[in-house]
Amino acid sequence: MADLSVEIAGLRLRNPVMLASGILGETGSSLVRVAEAGAGAVVTKSIGAEPREGYPNPTVVELEAGIINAVGLANPGIAAYVDELKVAAQAEVPVIGSVFGKSEGEMSEIAILMEEAGVSAIELNLSCPHARNVGAELGKDPETVGSVVSAVKKSVHVPVFAKITPNVTDIVDAALAVANSRGDGIVAINTVKAMAICPETGRPFLSNGIGGLSGPAIKPIGVRCVYELYESVDIPIVGVGGILTGKDALEYLMAGAKAVQVGSAAYYRGIEVFGRVVEEIGQFLDEYGYESVGDVVGIAHDEN
Amino acid sequence: MTRTRIVRVERTDVECSHTVTIRFQDESLARPGQFAMVWIPGLDEVPMSFSYIGDLKGVTVHNVGEATAALHDASRGDKLGIRGPFGRDYRIEGESILFVSGGTGAASLMPALEVAMGNGIRSTIVIGAKTASELIFVDRAISLGADVRISTDDGSKEYKGFASDLALQVLQEGSFDRVLTCGPERMMKTVVTACLEKGIPVQVSLERFMRCGMGICDSCSFGGLHVCVDGPVFDGKDIIEIEDFGVFRRSADGSREVIP
Repeated sequence: MADLSVEIAGLRLRNPVMLASGILGETGSSLVRVAEAGAGAVVTKSIGAEPREGYPNPTVVELEAGIINAVGLANPGIAAYVDELKVAAQAEVPVIGSVFGKSEGEMSEIAILMEEAGVSAIELNLSCPHARNVGAELGKDPETVGSVVSAVKKSVHVPVFAKITPNVTDIVDAALAVANSRGDGIVAINTVKAMAICPETGRPFLSNGIGGLSGPAIKPIGVRCVYELYESVDIPIVGVGGILTGKDALEYLMAGAKAVQVGSAAYYRGIEVFGRVVEEIGQFLDEYGYESVGDVVGIAHDEN
Repeated sequence: MTRTRIVRVERTDVECSHTVTIRFQDESLARPGQFAMVWIPGLDEVPMSFSYIGDLKGVTVHNVGEATAALHDASRGDKLGIRGPFGRDYRIEGESILFVSGGTGAASLMPALEVAMGNGIRSTIVIGAKTASELIFVDRAISLGADVRISTDDGSKEYKGFASDLALQVLQEGSFDRVLTCGPERMMKTVVTACLEKGIPVQVSLERFMRCGMGICDSCSFGGLHVCVDGPVFDGKDIIEIEDFGVFRRSADGSREVIP
């Protein structure tokens, strides 16, 4: 049986399959349930300084090969979320706190409170594609990415990951900024900026019009981004985007990711998907004679 | 087929002063207790249980806010978006079922009552409302041939008290091997507690704020379960220990709030 454990920026994970931010992470009890379903780590919903209701419904529309959402970073604010983190601490896996904010100062303050509440790492949301003045609004500018990462790194002791956006000309620019600012790792990709229009009503389906596309449609985009990032930066990469199965995860690992995140698949395969993807990775590694997850990381770059 | 399709309002039926049923053609296969996300273009999208599950489907709307007010004003030919059917349905089995409905809860229970009567299951339904003029689906239940018992909080028709009070009395009188309930959550918790004490399997339909309807956004989180995919119909024994049951729900920003 292949060794499924991985180490990433000093975090020991029992397996490389994490819950992606934005999915099932608004409440501590859901984070615990995802851990029980087999995830190697769980990432919270992105948390801001104040309570935020997000956009009115519809906030989600299902398409043929994916889902577009514009929830609008709904969250109860860090003060209330600390109670959810107390519940989440019952999970037997690392809890990673996702943070969004308008400035490096605001994000640092939230990160400090997250660390005090016991998270094992911070993930900076520099990539939400549908909210004003936060997320990708910061993440599209590599200089801002660098200053946010530097500021948060100085504020906390736990590892700091930056989740970056594919909605730029070259995703490598932001990744270099993360690496040069001593960020501990990169999470890629966030959703792809997208829209769907209802022909019968002549309106976009979502109240916000534009949203972020997730699900099977974006897997090839994510895999390409991780492949490019692996050639450009030396810090660890966590791959995310459209992973439904173990083989999907293996594409990301072979492109160069040390771990992966799974989100929308909880719709396609139910909450049990986390354990299933882990099993499928293990079966694949055994069948093809690999001894550990690490044996496949980045092998798509090897010259034949 | 759960992706959004646009339907046209075929007709609206007034059920009582504050509640209407909207009927529309939709050929999706819905089972009793399942719900749809109903999109009012330009305004909102809200979860609604099906009150009719054939091809001429229906949702029954209590006028409580902006979205439901717009549904009240809907007229024939208006366009609505429908996603679903979503969620777990009622399991309709046994020889004798007691249905306990409070307020608009009757909407979710009516298709289940129809299936039960169609399967020859002896069925009694308690229909409760605040006052006589707010009772819904009484005639529909009678025409199905069910034993219909009515409660009103103010005593303006038949039994005076909550539907749960009358239900406990009916449970004493007769023998039932299943109970299905939908209505105000505290009322349902009373019913569930009584049924579990008597060892009668009970199913409960819950209501929460929802966004995705498909188990990913966590808006309807309920003690690690999700009302949209693990419910809305739950077995009473599976939720009686959950701290939120009958007490807390989640607001749009995800914070916990007390159920009014």
